[in-house]
Amino acid sequence: MKVLVAVKRVVDYNVKVRPKADGSDVDTANVKMSINPFCEIAVEEAVRLKEKGVVSEIVAVSMGPKQCQEQIRTALALGADRGILVETDAELQPLAVAKCLKAIVDKEEPQMVILGKQSIDGDNNQTGQMLGALTGMGQGTFASEVAVDGDSVKVTREIDGGLQTVELKLPAIVTTDLRLNEPRYASLPNIMKAKKKPLDTTTPDELGVDIAPRTKTLKVEPPAERQAGVKVADVAELVEKLKNEAKVI
Amino acid sequence: MSILVIAEHDNAELKGATLYTIAAAKAIGGDIHVLVAGAGCGTVGEAAAKAEGVAKVLVADNAAYEHQLAENVAKLVADLGKDYSHILAPATTTGKNMLPRAAALLDVQPISDIIAVESADTFKRPIYAGNVIATVQSSDAIKVISVRTTGFDPVTAEGGSAAIEACDIADDAGVSSFVGEELAKSDRPELTSAKVVISGGRGMQNGENFEMLYKVADKLGAAVGASRAAVDAGFVPNDMQVGQTGKIVAPDLYIAVGISGAIQHLAGMKDSKVIVAINKDEEAPIFSVADYGLVADLFEAVPELETKL
Repeated sequence: MKVLVAVKRVVDYNVKVRPKADGSDVDTANVKMSINPFCEIAVEEAVRLKEKGVVSEIVAVSMGPKQCQEQIRTALALGADRGILVETDAELQPLAVAKCLKAIVDKEEPQMVILGKQSIDGDNNQTGQMLGALTGMGQGTFASEVAVDGDSVKVTREIDGGLQTVELKLPAIVTTDLRLNEPRYASLPNIMKAKKKPLDTTTPDELGVDIAPRTKTLKVEPPAERQAGVKVADVAELVEKLKNEAKVI
Repeated sequence: MSILVIAEHDNAELKGATLYTIAAAKAIGGDIHVLVAGAGCGTVGEAAAKAEGVAKVLVADNAAYEHQLAENVAKLVADLGKDYSHILAPATTTGKNMLPRAAALLDVQPISDIIAVESADTFKRPIYAGNVIATVQSSDAIKVISVRTTGFDPVTAEGGSAAIEACDIADDAGVSSFVGEELAKSDRPELTSAKVVISGGRGMQNGENFEMLYKVADKLGAAVGASRAAVDAGFVPNDMQVGQTGKIVAPDLYIAVGISGAIQHLAGMKDSKVIVAINKDEEAPIFSVADYGLVADLFEAVPELETKL
């Protein structure tokens, strides 16, 4: 079966971002960019399913500016077969991304779409679920285990308080949680080979999708700073301060 | 203007997260209706009717909603939600699973994890793991919003007397089914609502050593959490994880033991009122957010803490 994997270009998770001085946006100039960690897990899961013989083709798709090609090439180096870039310099909100993905799903007809559970920049946790609504497919969100069985897939989900297993009819959508797998590193020969794999480019216009943003960011600001704390010398002083100064115990 | 709040429950009791979500709805202003979708969930509907500020409770009692599968509940929420100006759900795993699906059915862009209400269409929410707070304004006719519970004070659970109305919609999308569930058992308070939380990190070295934290927790009536490092190392189950990708907590007192304080972890606890860090590395980033820091070996400090409490 064919699998579609969505990958997003985001500010590297090790970078501590700051708002611009005028509060208009986050300062992302000259900041290291990477593939979103949850998307990496999604690619890895697709590749593992291919290695098990369940999957025959993996298509990696990303949307955004031209530079998103780098993240698609990373996915190709990890084992995806070909890439699709939906190129636009406009701001893309999850609803617009879900609509673009829906258009690609209609064209490619994958049996499974794997996405990360959230991107570490917007922290929205929406795109997979919204694609589920637009395509009518079942959704296995926050997956920590995925088992394909004939024309259905069993997904173990991480929920508050433990784990839940659901069974979905294929085609279905899976969003990955951290514990689904440990992504591999791309080897140098695979990075070289990835340069030769096909990468098609399209645009939201060509897909017939209206990407106009529905929400507007009025301001970004740093969170309230915490007051500098004190170091205590020993446990006795700690307990004394918690009881008498902070009055929390 | 009326607001639909989706209740968080397990078919037997109304979860506290709902009360925080009703508080956010009150901050927006308008008639508040609560939707209880489940199976055999009559007592939950009665509990919701008693909550402060609720005008009406809709109970959708049907086998299709028993495990609150997103495919079925989202359709219900989208059908009912057409008549509301706002649809709110707590930002729990159930809410996050269902709400964006309902929003897409209504063709609106949802707003996740709000921590403050500025006006009926403007909200504050953290992005980039809580390193930035964004103020966002929605132009959609229906605002679909998930509420970060730690951003609001809950409404009282008693005293209200809302009308209860049965809702006879029953949608089964037929694409998903519930197979099973495996819930971690705990006698301690729930992590997200506990007044005191004590968490262990990689410094705990193994799962057995968490016993030391449980002893302190029992003396303080605290919940026990963990960093991602402790979870990934297999010391404790992952529903104990505090952080950007785990649970977000804001207790009165948060005690971080053997936790370095990575951005990912801080995103889950830095709104706590008082933070205590116990770590033997005095350079650990956790000390930059801690109100009280103790540079000490946790294997000596934690048992001593227990005896002194």
